Amino acid sequence: MCHQSVGLIARCAEAAGIATLSMSSALDITKAGKPPRAAFLDYPLGHTTGKPNQPELQREILVQALEGFTSLTVPGSIKMLPFRWDDEDWKRTAMMDGDSRVTRHDTPQYQTEEDRIRAEGENKD
Amino acid sequence: MARPVEYITRITDNYAKLGYKPYQWVSNSDTPPWTPLRKPLSHCRLGLVASGGIYASGQVAFHFKDDVSFRAIPTTVRTSDLRTAHFAYDQTDARKDPNVVFPIDTLRGLVKEGVVGSLAENFFTFLGGVYSSRRVAEELAPRITESLLVEKVDVALLVPV
Repeated sequence: MCHQSVGLIARCAEAAGIATLSMSSALDITKAGKPPRAAFLDYPLGHTTGKPNQPELQREILVQALEGFTSLTVPGSIKMLPFRWDDEDWKRTAMMDGDSRVTRHDTPQYQTEEDRIRAEGENKD
Repeated sequence: MARPVEYITRITDNYAKLGYKPYQWVSNSDTPPWTPLRKPLSHCRLGLVASGGIYASGQVAFHFKDDVSFRAIPTTVRTSDLRTAHFAYDQTDARKDPNVVFPIDTLRGLVKEGVVGSLAENFFTFLGGVYSSRRVAEELAPRITESLLVEKVDVALLVPV
């Protein structure tokens, strides 16, 4: 649903006079939401702007995506980026289990206990 | 080369297995709004809006139940202070290197190179996994848009997860 939310925000910002470009790793969701400009990167979810600790690759991906600001001239079009993951095995299982099994906590979910203390103070359960 | 993953089909199947009603995905057939770029990117001030549940240590983290809040992360942030809190994707790589979902160092580099003019003072992050598209459209989207306008950005890059 992240891709859907981003599409809604992009349309809202664009209508307010800000040119937007939405990255995407979920082509079907982006096509359905139809943001003004998009760039599709065929990577597993969680890598919308590259692979970890590969700054050169991350730079190249972003440079090519940002070119969409000038090359895309028809509202709703999607630039297909040429990068590929090492192999395509991840596609067989991606999202098969869904995200629905995780408990939907309604309290902040800190990455570390130290973060919780920094944000909320020491004396909270 | 295999075709892109069909997430809508897979997620719909997952919900059906759990006995939920089919999710109503947003499907727009109209022409989206359009603001042409008024100057080259090298002269533009750029804003970033990222889902993926990114926060900076010291900020309140996201919760997972239709959280429509967002965080303002100063673009001077230390990359090592960035964290993630999300339920719908594997955060291993994002926690190793936030640039895979929040390209802060990449963008700072592109400003230094002159590819991008400048960055907003703050970037905005939220937890994209919100079921209610109505709440995103009516609450989150206008508030983020307003913040982008306050930041006086010419262009915005949006990064979902």
